[in-house]
Amino acid sequence: MHLDNLIQQFQKKDKVAFETLYNMYAENICGVINVILKDPERSQELCQDVFMKIWDKSDQYDASKGRFFTWILNIARNTAIDELRSKSHKNQKKNLPVDSLVGIYENSEDLNGKIDTIGLQSLLKGLKDKCILLIDMLYFKGYTQKEAAKELKTPIGTIKTRIRSCISAIRKNMA
Amino acid sequence: MEVEKYIASGILELYVAGALTPEQNLEVQHYAIQYPEIKKEIEAIEAAMMELTRTTSPKMPEDGFAKLRAELDDVIPFMPASSEKKTPWGSYLGWAAAILFAAGTLWMYFQNTNLKSEIEISNQEKENLEEIISTTREEVADKESLLEELRDKNVTVIALGGQAVSPDSYAKAYWNQEEQKVIIDAQGLPDPPPGFTYQVWSLKLDPLTPTSIGLLDDLASDNTKLFTLENPNASEAFGITLEPIGGSETPTLEQLYTLGAVGA
Repeated sequence: MHLDNLIQQFQKKDKVAFETLYNMYAENICGVINVILKDPERSQELCQDVFMKIWDKSDQYDASKGRFFTWILNIARNTAIDELRSKSHKNQKKNLPVDSLVGIYENSEDLNGKIDTIGLQSLLKGLKDKCILLIDMLYFKGYTQKEAAKELKTPIGTIKTRIRSCISAIRKNMA
Repeated sequence: MEVEKYIASGILELYVAGALTPEQNLEVQHYAIQYPEIKKEIEAIEAAMMELTRTTSPKMPEDGFAKLRAELDDVIPFMPASSEKKTPWGSYLGWAAAILFAAGTLWMYFQNTNLKSEIEISNQEKENLEEIISTTREEVADKESLLEELRDKNVTVIALGGQAVSPDSYAKAYWNQEEQKVIIDAQGLPDPPPGFTYQVWSLKLDPLTPTSIGLLDDLASDNTKLFTLENPNASEAFGITLEPIGGSETPTLEQLYTLGAVGA
């Protein structure tokens, strides 16, 4: 079934369609949460919670506002960030450590056997720290382009071209 | 539109991240529909992020969805039960307010209708009262002017006494010689039988010469029983006889009800 039809069925509370979407995205959503929490067990639990939220909020997804993946990515990282905040009692997004992807990359040895360490290392091979930081901010912390530009004291245009080259590097590593 | 330049700008990477403004999202979506290369590029960026997050994912349990499904099956049918725990005060309050508002509106509507009809009744009563007042005023004015007429210094009052045919009858004549007017007060005359009316005569006594000065038509239905008649004659007496409707040329003396002499 085409993705658009699948999403339409899911929005009509079709459980079969929802299962298909779960099988397509659950691993990635758990991966997103684990990048932020760096806690595989807790990430698995939260991942289930995130899919419950996705099911409950199904009518809120609006294709004109972005990709379905982007929508569930946003729900996942908000849930994970809330979890971090409730632990650290920090209220500001900017107070969160901006090192989750860097951290999971550097400490991947510790997570060995729990995540695909080899796959991660080969994907990020040759990427500069600046790149990993920017991917972390935009994809795993939910910074808008403006917020990222302000935080990094870099013009928006530079942010855009940089994220373009960073993702392109990952895509090359995939090939 | 230069598709390659647009792709190279990095906007699509930000689109997948959800880092754009709603307007920019719409723009990207618009171009993605228009240009297949852009759609393909978006999917490639998404695939890269899918691959990255796959590598950071903990091992997925085999029965992940089965657990979720159990929760869906569990939660969805029992939604009302779980919402019972959290009493939806907001909803209750909303309904209560709505009902109260509707009842209030209805009550005000009826109140308003009642008031309107009460006002209408009041207005009607007011009109009636006004009519009565104006009628009364007219009557008072009439009576005042009548009184003035009767009090006029030129008025001679002649009492007309009952005669053989009706000894109890009486009448009064208020004669203003100056204005050549006689007001007959017929209060003391019985209602005339059907087909008859009273006729007033001015009399000269020597020799006896009666001159008709008018009829007291519709005496029965006249409340005041007062009749104003023209009298240009040098009358010496006034008499009232019962005559057929329309009056007679000469008085029917057998039917003389009252009679009185001027200056008597």
